[in-house]
Amino acid sequence: MGVLTPELRAEAETIIARYPAGRERSAILPLLYLVQSVEGWVSREGLREVAELLGLRTAEVEAVASFYTMIRLRPTGRHVVNVCTNLSCALRGGREVYAAAREAAGLGPGQERSEDGLFTVHEEECLGACDGAPVVQIDFVNHDRVSPERVRELLDELRRGEVPQPARGAAPRDFRHACRVLAGVEELA
Amino acid sequence: MSEPTRIVTAHFDDPSVVSYEGYVRAGGYEGLRRALQLAPEEVIAEVKASGLRGRGGAGFPTGLKWSFVPQDTGKPTYVVANFDESEPGTFGNRELVEREPHQLLEGIAIAAYAIRSHLAFIYCRGEFLWPGSVLQRALAEAYEHGVLGERVLGSDYRLDVVLHRGAGAYICGEETALLSSLEGERGQPRQRPPFPAIEGLYASPTVINNVETLCFVPHILRNGAAWFAAIGPERSPGTKVFSISGKVERPGNYELPMGTPFRVLLEEHAGGVLGGRALKAWTPGGSSTPMLTAEHLDVPLDFESLQQAGSMLGTGAVMVMDETDCIVDAARRMVRFYAHESCGKCTPCREGTWWVKRIFERIEAGYGRPEDLPLLEDLAGNMLFRGFCPLLDGAVSPIRSSLRYFREELERHIAERRCPFSGRGPGLGTEPEPEPEPAAPSRPGPGRVTIPLSEVLR
Repeated sequence: MGVLTPELRAEAETIIARYPAGRERSAILPLLYLVQSVEGWVSREGLREVAELLGLRTAEVEAVASFYTMIRLRPTGRHVVNVCTNLSCALRGGREVYAAAREAAGLGPGQERSEDGLFTVHEEECLGACDGAPVVQIDFVNHDRVSPERVRELLDELRRGEVPQPARGAAPRDFRHACRVLAGVEELA
Repeated sequence: MSEPTRIVTAHFDDPSVVSYEGYVRAGGYEGLRRALQLAPEEVIAEVKASGLRGRGGAGFPTGLKWSFVPQDTGKPTYVVANFDESEPGTFGNRELVEREPHQLLEGIAIAAYAIRSHLAFIYCRGEFLWPGSVLQRALAEAYEHGVLGERVLGSDYRLDVVLHRGAGAYICGEETALLSSLEGERGQPRQRPPFPAIEGLYASPTVINNVETLCFVPHILRNGAAWFAAIGPERSPGTKVFSISGKVERPGNYELPMGTPFRVLLEEHAGGVLGGRALKAWTPGGSSTPMLTAEHLDVPLDFESLQQAGSMLGTGAVMVMDETDCIVDAARRMVRFYAHESCGKCTPCREGTWWVKRIFERIEAGYGRPEDLPLLEDLAGNMLFRGFCPLLDGAVSPIRSSLRYFREELERHIAERRCPFSGRGPGLGTEPEPEPEPAAPSRPGPGRVTIPLSEVLR
């Protein structure tokens, strides 16, 4: 039983075709995103299928996948909540926002994914939007000047199945949708 | 307020420039049109004459970089736009792309034409989901209007541009790590030489430029090298997008001539320190540049002046701390970043950043030891310039600058066995408790079953 359906395999071929002939390996990150958009993370079977598409060993793909924080090798929440606590956000209360996000998601010490599978909360490094500090990314789109109260509201909105309006642009429906955008096979509305 | 000179942010108030039509109405793609009338070498000469220097941190002359690309290797040449903006405090590239993506595409097209390249990549930071989508849309428009593709603006020149998204790794902003990542490898830096201009992407001659650098190029082609060279100081000509954040009234991006004194950026543009408090410390160009203090208010913001002041222009990302902020806490947060982002290739970086982080953590928690300060100095000395890439040099900046300007504050933490700002720590008159165990690694492994050897060798 495969991860990628025939339709997704066709999309995988368009991803590989972006790169010069003989340089297919460059497609490894977008292909991992494509697998992630199906599984919500990248399982061993997912790694194997990417390897097969590129003519690599599974271990070679895993070596790359494990380097990057946005490729998830463990089951991940339906929504990924990244809270920046780097200096500019910390100076504006980012650490309190992070604590509030963890509490609102019901996370215990050392836990990153909520029991109901809805949220994965991360303490994040600088997200390149310090003018909006403290910054929270939900499924990789920004919410600016977020207070502890606001982050609780944001999580409540997600629980109700709503998509909170980001500071700029459009938001994906969830983490899997974001991964389709990252793979370059779908656009944000 | 001083008269603003805005080049790459001149249309920031006009929301229509995000589209192709709006960009063209504002004079867009005229620089590319002019470039295509020149020979590639003449384009390089023009950029060289402008004195434009890279805005990503290193300040290398852009035209000179382009001129290093050999044309007789029999290999293709490539242009890579570095949009992996991740230096703490930096957010200029993001706004440039979000507001005016075609400006970047025009710069890429001119650079590619100049080095006779037919394929360019934009390495977009993974976390920039929306800015990447803005670029994707702009690319589609550019193809639709014949700006990219088989016949660029109706000429015989062919160019394709591909958006490539990263996946969360600060190190990939370093140019050789970026190339490794783009080739589908772990994002680890490579030995230089050979420099990317000789052997870059796919072992072929490659020019890698920062987004802001490329955004200046169309304006230089449109208005001429002399126009650009006349702005700002002679050795650092032009303007710079300064990102200012932290404890200021109006954080944001402000494009000012190079050499503008920090005081002007802080007081006239950013509205001064938040709540009228006193300035304590600031980074001129992200956390990788040594902190400066209130005594440096009048330092001009350009490559040479900041170097003379003991710091660097870096990315022009100013993070401001006020009198109520604890420097030990700030330095701890900054070095934690480097420990987290070290790719692990070089031992002084992988080990050094981890130990430095632990030392700052224990000082802030009230468990510092008097010998910690010489130990920090020793570690810094064993890190600086001891790696393949400048990540660990960046980590030395918060160490050395906190020791240089705020030694007393560090000593006070150790003597009082607590943070004087937060009050946290065991304090005096109590029995010293054992130092808390260090936190678990911030990036734990996959935590899955052991893989049989037969699988690995498959």
